[in-house]
This record gives sequence, structure tokens and C-alpha cells, in this order.
Amino acid sequence: MRLSPSFNRSLWVFHFNSGSCNGCDIEIVCALTPRYDPERFGIKLVGSPRHADVLLVTGPVVHDMADRLRRVYAQMPNPKVVMCIGTCGQSGGVFFDSYNLDGPVGDVIPVDIYVPGCAPRPEAIIDGVVKAIALLERLEEKK
Amino acid sequence: MSNKPVYTIPIGPIHPALKEPILFTFDIQGEVINAVDFAPGKVHRGVEWMGMRRNPVQIVHLCDRICGICGVSHTLAFARAVEQIAEIEVPERAHYVRSIIAEFERIQSHLLWAGVAAHELGFDTLFHLAWRVREEAMDVIEYLTGNRINYGIVQVGGVRRDFTEDQFPRIRKALETYEGLVNKLVTLFLEDTTIKLRCMNTGVLTEKDALELCTVGPTARASGLKMDVRADAPYAAYGDIDVKAILPDVYADCIKGDVYDRIVVRLFEVVDSVRIIRDLMDQMPAWPVLWETRYAKILSTCKKAEGEAIGRVEAPRGECFHYVRMNGSEAPQQWKVKASTYSNQMSWLKILQGEQIADIPIIVASIDPCMSCTDRVTVIRDGSPDVMTKDTLHRLSVEKTRRLQA
Ligand code: SF4
Repeated sequence: MRLSPSFNRSLWVFHFNSGSCNGCDIEIVCALTPRYDPERFGIKLVGSPRHADVLLVTGPVVHDMADRLRRVYAQMPNPKVVMCIGTCGQSGGVFFDSYNLDGPVGDVIPVDIYVPGCAPRPEAIIDGVVKAIALLERLEEKK
Repeated sequence: MSNKPVYTIPIGPIHPALKEPILFTFDIQGEVINAVDFAPGKVHRGVEWMGMRRNPVQIVHLCDRICGICGVSHTLAFARAVEQIAEIEVPERAHYVRSIIAEFERIQSHLLWAGVAAHELGFDTLFHLAWRVREEAMDVIEYLTGNRINYGIVQVGGVRRDFTEDQFPRIRKALETYEGLVNKLVTLFLEDTTIKLRCMNTGVLTEKDALELCTVGPTARASGLKMDVRADAPYAAYGDIDVKAILPDVYADCIKGDVYDRIVVRLFEVVDSVRIIRDLMDQMPAWPVLWETRYAKILSTCKKAEGEAIGRVEAPRGECFHYVRMNGSEAPQQWKVKASTYSNQMSWLKILQGEQIADIPIIVASIDPCMSCTDRVTVIRDGSPDVMTKDTLHRLSVEKTRRLQA
């Protein structure tokens, strides 16, 4: 895989919790800490969606958060990639029959990459981010 | 001061300073917080409602996913309640396995919190350090249960996996690592000038307030309340060993109930957990670890069970309380979860008042809030959340009790 062009500008991710159990959120933070250390490649968590290239969504999208998720997605600049982390964002997972779900994530915003697992391991999340880089490169070329 | 205008600042639900969705509204005068209000319910998934449509064997996995950080506490509390109703005798060794995992969970949760607290203070080096040493506990948890998060080890009637003798050296190695790290962590967290300046005398919760607001866990202990479910009402294997509530005076000479004291309590609880795990490992009885290996038997026993019970567990954040009522059908008739943050969150109103804007993140984080544990009730009608008054809630609860009794 050709890593250079996107890495030149570094990949910044924004994390959105749409009602998760915290399991995936913690694994995301774990994936950013020294054991795995993707910051050496420029992958960094940022505080605003306006700075981000990749949106990491965790959780099954509860009713209260659906509109906020749409707004956060709209605030991100193009080209952007959405990653859905965790089984409950893909299908509802254990929460599949809840009355308060507007999700899964794919029903609310378009998702490019799914990382399954409940919770996925940090390695799996990093693997997903690598796929996101490839996708961003393709999007960039199309422009 | 008083002629400065008052501004209302909303923070959340998605905000870099908050790890989980919750909406705060601050009335700010100058730099000082006048009043605080907050609206939880942003991660409400209807866990109890779903639970009342599933059988206990399925619910334990749902319990794991109430909260990804303290999964085992919820599952343990639920399993304890069901075991009491169905009169299931849990084998001795299972109690020990449960307690050891629960203590490892406390270690990882407190280190996680210590990292988050350092991050909220803007001390990112310490955040990365705390999370790096936390990986050791995660490794052991994974080694023992097979998963880093949502271990799925507790089952109604015991635990699903046993520890074998050849696993003990790995556990001991992890304990030694932590024993070697204690002094370093204490120096880094408690003797650091910046941390002292930022945390001492900030977010003070007096002993009286802590009692009146019904706080639990490290938040209550940091204010000087001697309470710990492990010592007050021993469950699992805690009755066999010596557990004492850790108060801030193990390190400082006086108890102030500020953010600094909350760091002290959590750090020394990690130290204590290491000792508890050692004690537990020394006394572990022989197997079995499961009362019954066939699910069909567990299910049919639960199905016949009638009655109500509570399960209390000291989760890393404080007391976790499950109420279950079964009426001889597959699913529980009633299941109520009270997580520790539910009791602790009201203290925000007190401890944030009169503080500076810049201290909001650390004070909010200081009670170690966990919204996914807490958000059990949300009222949504025509798409707009209703505010419930105390009277309505009281009326509803009386009506529900009547309904249950009928
Ligand atoms: S996928 Fe599992 S671990 Fe991740 S947020 Fe959902 S329930 Fe929690």
C-alpha cells in the first residue's frame, strides 16, 4: 500500500459516542496509547469534527444522539471516512430490540468501514484505520 | 463581581472535555460558576426493558454491556440477585474467581481514571503513562477470561472459566509489576506541584454533603465516609479476607474531600487490590466453579424461581445495586439497576459551584462518572423529552408498586 500522500497531512480522527457501553470507546483510547502508539504515524484524536478526516462512531445510536450524529457528520470537511467500531453499531448487537434505537449507524449516516467485535481489539481498530487511509487516498485521487 | 453579567454556557453532549454524552448547563459569572444543571439520558438504551424480555442466562451478557469498564460488577450483582431467588448454591472456588476478576477490574478502572484525570489537567504525559501500565491488568484479564472488555466470565451459578495452577505465575508477575510501580505512581500523581496546585481545595465535598447526597464508593470515601460494600456486606469471597475502606488519611493527615483526596483514595485502592488478589490466590479452594454446567438445568431452575432479591457489589466507582423480581416465568418480572454514578452525580451540583471554568473537566471527572451505567430512565413523548417532577415520579412509583402487588 502506498502510504505517503495522506500521511503527509496526518490522519486525524474524531470519536463520537452514540450511546455505547464504553467498551469500544476505551479500546479506541487504548489504541492511541503507548502500547500501540499510532501517533508515530500521525494518527491523532482531535476535539472537533471540523479538524477530522475520519469519524469513529461507537454505539447503536440511541434516539437522543441520532440528530447530533448527523450534525457532526455534516460538519466534517471532505474527503471524509466514517468508521463504525463495534458490533452494536453494525446491527444493534445485544441491544438489537431496544425501543430507543435510531440506529444502527448505517441507517443514520453512510459508513465506509466496519470494525466488528464486542469490543474489537485495538489491533483491529488500527487495521480499520489503515483501510481508511487507503480509502482516503482513493477519494483524494478522484478529486 | 456581582455586577458582571451572567452567561449560560451549554457543554455537551459531544464535547472534547467529556468522555461520554451528557449535557451540562453552566451559569457563569466572569470565570466563576454560579449554578450547574445537567441532563443525562443521552446513552439510554433501555437495558432493563430488554432484560425483562430475556432469560437470566441471556441477561448476564447484557449486563456485561451495561458498562464496558465495570462489566463484571453489574453481572455479579445481577447473578447474586438471581442466585438468591432461585436458591442456587455457588461453589466456593467460583466466589474466588469472581473476586479476583473484580479486583483486576478495579485496578484497570482506577488506572484508567487516573489517566483520564491527568488528561483533564492537561498533563498528557502522565495520561499515557497511566494507560501504559494499565495494559498489564488488561493482559491478565485477557489471559484469564479470553477478552479484554466484556469478559463474559460470570454466569448464574458460578463462572464459566476456571483458573489453572499454571496461570498463577502470570498473575503473580502482574502483581509484582504493580507493587514495583506503586512508589512511582504515588510520586508522579501525589507529589507533583501542578497536580497539587490544581487539585487541592478544588471541588470540595464535605463529609456532611457526601452523606446527604448519598454518594458512594471512592467519592464518598474521599470525603471521609467509611463505607465499602466489600467490608460492610461481604459478598463473593470478601468475607474470607480482610478488606477495609480506604480513606484519604492513608496518605494525607487530614481529610478535605477535594479532588486530590479522590486521587489518593483511588491510587491506594489499587495498592489494596493487589494485596487482596494475593490473599485470595493463597486461599483458593478446589473446583468446581459452576453449580451446573447444563444451561437447560440453569434455565429451568430460574424459570421455577419466584421471589425478589437484591445484589450489591462494590464496583470500582461505588456501590452497584441490582433488584430482581421473578414470578415463575422465563424472564424476570422486574429488574432495576442502580449504578454508582447515579448516586454520585448529584454531588456535581455542589462541588462545581463557585469553581472556575478551567476546572470543570477535572471536577466533573473526579467522581469518575459513567453515564452508560447510569442512564436507565428517559421519558420521550412525541420526540421531546419530558421533565418529571418529584410528585409525578412519586405517584408513578406508588402506582407501579400497587401494580406489582396486585
Ligand atoms: S460493540 Fe460491544 S463493547 Fe462496543 S460499544 Fe457496543 S456493546 Fe459495547
